[in-house]
Amino acid sequence: MLLSIRNLKAEVDGKAILKGVDLEVRPGEVHAIMGPNGSGKSTLAHVLAGRDGYDVTDGEVLFEDQDLLALAPEERAALGLFLAFQYPVELPGVNNTHFLKEALNAQRRARGESELDSVAFLKLVREKMQLVSMKPELLKRQVNAGFSGGEKKRNEILQMAVFEPKLAVLDETDSGLDIDALRTVSDGVNALRSPDRAVIMVTHYQRLLDYIEPDFVHVLAGGRIVRSGDKSLAKELEQRGYAWLSDGEAA
Amino acid sequence: MGPTAKDMDALVSRGYEHGFVTEIETDVIPPGLSEDVIRQISLLKNEPHWVLDYRLKAYRHWLTMTPPAWASVHYPPIDHQAISYFAAPKKKPTLDSLDDVDPELLRTYEKLGIPIEEQKALAGVAVDAVFDSVSVATTFRENLAEAGVIFCSISEAMHDHAELLQQYLGSVVPHTDNYYAALNAAVFTDGTFVYVPKGVRCPMELSTYFRINAQNTGQFERTLIVADAGSHVSYLEGCTAPQRDENQLHAAVVELVAMDDAQIKYSTVQNWYPGDEQGRGGIYNFVTKRGDCRGDRSKISWTQVETGSAITWKYPSCLLRGEDAIGEFYSVAVTRGRQQADTGTKMIHIGRNTRSTIVSKGISAGEGNQAYRGLVRMAQKAENARNHTQCDSLLIGDRCGAHTYPYIEVRNPSAHVEHEATTSKISEDQLFYCRSRGISEEDAVSLIVNGFCKEIFNELPMEFAVEAQKLLAISLEGAVG
Repeated sequence: MLLSIRNLKAEVDGKAILKGVDLEVRPGEVHAIMGPNGSGKSTLAHVLAGRDGYDVTDGEVLFEDQDLLALAPEERAALGLFLAFQYPVELPGVNNTHFLKEALNAQRRARGESELDSVAFLKLVREKMQLVSMKPELLKRQVNAGFSGGEKKRNEILQMAVFEPKLAVLDETDSGLDIDALRTVSDGVNALRSPDRAVIMVTHYQRLLDYIEPDFVHVLAGGRIVRSGDKSLAKELEQRGYAWLSDGEAA
Repeated sequence: MGPTAKDMDALVSRGYEHGFVTEIETDVIPPGLSEDVIRQISLLKNEPHWVLDYRLKAYRHWLTMTPPAWASVHYPPIDHQAISYFAAPKKKPTLDSLDDVDPELLRTYEKLGIPIEEQKALAGVAVDAVFDSVSVATTFRENLAEAGVIFCSISEAMHDHAELLQQYLGSVVPHTDNYYAALNAAVFTDGTFVYVPKGVRCPMELSTYFRINAQNTGQFERTLIVADAGSHVSYLEGCTAPQRDENQLHAAVVELVAMDDAQIKYSTVQNWYPGDEQGRGGIYNFVTKRGDCRGDRSKISWTQVETGSAITWKYPSCLLRGEDAIGEFYSVAVTRGRQQADTGTKMIHIGRNTRSTIVSKGISAGEGNQAYRGLVRMAQKAENARNHTQCDSLLIGDRCGAHTYPYIEVRNPSAHVEHEATTSKISEDQLFYCRSRGISEEDAVSLIVNGFCKEIFNELPMEFAVEAQKLLAISLEGAVG
């Protein structure tokens, strides 16, 4: 098992958001987590990545049998967990290539691997750039600063391609993308699908699933996974909405 | 600093071990300041009479002045009678090995990437000379002499180049300029004199590192650099390694003179002791630095990275007198803990078509406080003069402060002045973003800060820039969280 979430409960500012989430992810699987606004989807993504401000009150998360919640965010990254942000953060003045290289080498160091030198690194990046159809000049710019919404999301997928994580959590990656950008980003994710890489897509809309086909679909409502199924569940949701599934707590 | 610099550093500390220091140590003048004390300093230094006259004139003027109170820094009044104005350079206790050195200091050296031999020299461990140090110094002096460049201490210049010194000393920063400049003129201990003759491009970067006996020039240092017509010189001051000093007050004066078509680049990295957690014992750095673009098409460029001192009060300035003269000021100032800095520049445009650029980057962390204070003056004759000022502040945490005080005076309608200012904060979002990519919080801070300062580091000579980056990372260690 790559990821085991058991009875995960978490609160923000004393308010319970996750009320007992269970989820198991094996290598190679693609899971979609859907649900209405405020159901806890993004909270789940952030708790997995280790963001401050989320208090885990119960339950456990194992990543390859290690206690994920005991690790700092950077340690989780080095283990092979990647979070693609809904709103990628701008780092003014920090060169995008430099950032990618620093991050990759920090992860490699933490894993006891040798660092890549500039030549090897640039070769790797050029290879991965093709996956996300990113313009080479974006590499020379500052991290996400002045990027369009689509460029930011593509930059996230480029990072994912370079880091080659075991588990990628995509937090509302489709939000704010027009149809062309959505297609490019999805193509990138699909190209990165492999038997040793799992993906958790957090999304509000079914439309992303037209491009990235999940093995499993889960509905998160009121802080719990209330329904799991295959991709046909997503179709059903599209027709019937979320209301019929919720226990009254979620809107 | 290249290997030569390191070796020279070893040489410098060795030099003090033999002869020179012991002789002076008997010549300490007790604390207090009076005309007698000044006469005594001058006598001990065997100075020509005109120097004594200059000192006395400055002293008498200083007595009529009061310490400046306009800067936004706070410190108890300084008792000038409690300071000894002529003491031998304090000889650091010689230790047997690095094991005896404060581990905190060693850790810092290591992070700066200072080689082991140099660490020993800096920490005051007895160093075996690993090479023929004298020959390095000789080669260095020979190269400069061949080019006709004079590079010596002010004391030497009083005797060997009296005419030049007399012509230029105090011509940019007169002894009446301000309280601390007057004090410096009265009691300056030593410093550096550089003269680059007409049309000469100085064959190497000049650094106090290379000048024998340059260290421990004391708290009242005096620097004078004259670039004659068409000459070029680049001067590096300071050191990234932490500098401790028993003298709390430092009031240096730096004067630069650039004649027609001459260029002077003056780079500083300052990392003096900032004091303990409560800010006790840190250095007060009250410096007057001014460059005079006397000639047409002359250019003076100040670049500074300031991370040390408890209080910094300095405004490296340019008097743009020649036509088409250019003044530049690039600065990174870091304040953390209880550090205070009031720093900036003055660009005085007098000549026609003069241009100036100011890029100031202030970083505050902890309870650090800093102010950018900059004056841009366009005089009546400054036809078509131009200035661009960019002033950015970066805050880390919520107990620090940054303030900007731009002064703009325009007396010529054809002049252009632009001022841009930004204040930003390293956000939780930015740090989490970096950490989720595998970068530790400390590395994330230094990544963001270095990005913020990149424009300035680009202005520094290459090796200095690399060290400055590391220095910044160390200065901000533990600043977050």
